[in-house]
Amino acid sequence: MRSILKTSFAAFVAAGIAASAMPANAQSLSGDLVIFSDMSNPAPRAVMEGMVARFAEMHPDLNVELTVIDREAYKTQIRNFLTANAPDVANWYAANRMLPYVEAGLFEDVSDIWEGSMSEELASTKGALTVGDAQYGVPYTYYQWGVYYRKDIFDQFGLTEPATWEEELANCQTLIDNGIKCYTIGTKFLWTAGGWFDYLNMRTNGYDFHARLTNGEESWTSDEVRATFANWRTLIDMGAFIDDHQNYSWQEALPFMVNGEAASYLMGNFAVAPLREAGLTDDQLDFYQFVEITPGIPKGEDAPTDTFHIPSAAQNKDAAREFLRFVVSAENQTLINNGANLGQLPVNALSSVDDDKFLQQGFQMLSSGAPGGIAQFFDRDAPAEMAAAGMEGFQEFMVFPDNLDDILERLEATRQDVY
Amino acid sequence: MSISADSDRQPPRGWYKRNEIAITPWLFLAPGALFFVVYVIAPIWQSFGMSLYDWNGLGDIDTNGTYVGLENYNKLFGLNGERADRNFQISLWNNLRWLVLYLLAVPLGLFIALFLNQNVRGIRLYKSLFFFPFVISQVVVGLVFSWFYLPNNGLFTIMTGWFGFEISGGVLGNPNTATYGIIAAGLWPQTAYCMILYLTGLNAVDPEQVEAARLDGAKGRKMLWHVILPQLKPATFIAFVVTIIGALRSFDLVSIMTGGGPFGSTRVLSFYVFEKSLSERGLQYGYAAAVAVVLFLIMLVFISYFLWTMYQDEKEAR
Repeated sequence: MRSILKTSFAAFVAAGIAASAMPANAQSLSGDLVIFSDMSNPAPRAVMEGMVARFAEMHPDLNVELTVIDREAYKTQIRNFLTANAPDVANWYAANRMLPYVEAGLFEDVSDIWEGSMSEELASTKGALTVGDAQYGVPYTYYQWGVYYRKDIFDQFGLTEPATWEEELANCQTLIDNGIKCYTIGTKFLWTAGGWFDYLNMRTNGYDFHARLTNGEESWTSDEVRATFANWRTLIDMGAFIDDHQNYSWQEALPFMVNGEAASYLMGNFAVAPLREAGLTDDQLDFYQFVEITPGIPKGEDAPTDTFHIPSAAQNKDAAREFLRFVVSAENQTLINNGANLGQLPVNALSSVDDDKFLQQGFQMLSSGAPGGIAQFFDRDAPAEMAAAGMEGFQEFMVFPDNLDDILERLEATRQDVY
Repeated sequence: MSISADSDRQPPRGWYKRNEIAITPWLFLAPGALFFVVYVIAPIWQSFGMSLYDWNGLGDIDTNGTYVGLENYNKLFGLNGERADRNFQISLWNNLRWLVLYLLAVPLGLFIALFLNQNVRGIRLYKSLFFFPFVISQVVVGLVFSWFYLPNNGLFTIMTGWFGFEISGGVLGNPNTATYGIIAAGLWPQTAYCMILYLTGLNAVDPEQVEAARLDGAKGRKMLWHVILPQLKPATFIAFVVTIIGALRSFDLVSIMTGGGPFGSTRVLSFYVFEKSLSERGLQYGYAAAVAVVLFLIMLVFISYFLWTMYQDEKEAR
């Protein structure tokens, strides 16, 4: 650990020299730096605190104050503190989720951080943080989505990782015949169903169609969307999903997989940590990319990006910029995203991905297995009102698939209202 | 100093002294009135104003919002060629369900109060046990009930299993039962509240009247209906007021137990206001303000009736 820290520190100094066009001299920062963070789950919280401690150590004259706010509560508080009591640095999410704040002038234009080499190092996420021609924040982590499955259960019934829709359905049928549900899911908070829609739609109609749909350029009553729902319906009619999923949060859906009542989970990589904690070993747990549905369509993937921003009303913007640079630096990225910390993917191309098998697979998948394109996530790609109505519709569809026509008409009406 | 020169003359009484009787009550009222104006009246007008804008709640309403007149109301009610907002209708209907069923707390509270209004050993303990649900936070009540209702291993599900029927999706997961499940949870503390109101009311029942009625041969239901209940009228009135207002502003339980789900079927107006403004995917302040105004107008009907009744009552008492 110590040596990693040391080397990463040395590397940071080197990087600092390389990018010495920086306006603020790293040593001269002083005053207060107030950081509001939504990284309230145990592991992310430790990461955030560690990051702040290391940053404070580098700038002894700077008084860094970190306030960690509950992740859900943060989503409603941010609009208040951005206007009334702005910190110098705040967490948020990329793409459409940050758009209203950018448009209201609440996030600082930080294009200067992106100038030069940084744009290349962070190229993969640059688009998600760009509005117009300017960037309004920096990413600090992202993660792949995909199917996490119980390898031991698959082995027991002689199943292998599927690659096509037919194989997926065949696997699922075998599992159901043996009294095991194919997928666990908890749709109480709606967004988990958004993940299913993203994947089914990207695989049925392709990434470009999906992007146009979330962008309001395609109709929800179109044949393409209906085809997506028809595929979804196939799974629902098979009884592939666990029962009563509308009562559970995504965490409450985990035990079904741990107990072997369900064999897989379409989720983000953050599900790995609780699954391991619940006692699943890496021999029992494995990962595969969501299967191909329409042959020949380049696969698109969801990889939500979490971000840091500087509020326009921040007091100590120099220190805030320095902190953002520190966050995205290759060494810090390597460190905070490794398996012992966030267990996610680093955003900086120069940093290394941890040896963890899920991170390695995810990294492979996103860098070479997703020629279609990389989406953020349904509720980050679509505007808030569309996302809310959409995900509610998905949940209803999963419980009452017969309501599809009504749901799609409602979504279409919302689309015409929103865009 | 000219005090000595004037001291033998009666100084003219100050303006305040002359108007003391008229002014003093207002002075005492002033702090309360000031807060009422600043924190109640002004926000109401602000909401009215806000409801005429298309605004996402970020930045300044004048620069970032657009004035749209009654457009938000048109959307709500489906006037002027707009589609009526289905979620708004769901919320309205649910509020109505709340209003009707929540009132069950009043007779239930009365029944328990009558039951507990006796002198046996340890009655205070029983009373406080019955009062307990009102003391604990609504959030706790909501959580406990949502566990109670859980499909598969929730106690309620197990109990209904004994009688051989099963609610698909669990009580809170089934759009047909979810709202009723929440109302039942709400009734628990509300009944306790009504019970306390009636218990204090029962203390004030005149024993001589009861005695007289007994001599005249009244007992049981007759005694309750003709002698006890009329004397409990003030308690009944207050119980109705708090229950109706409570039903209209029901929010915490909905938020805790279902978050408006499954697929928005348990929304009530106050929760819809929250959803459209402050929640994660809100960002429609103008629209939310319009919903809030509608909710306010509905409440206003009841509140004015209550105030009117109280005013009449005071006049009679004078």
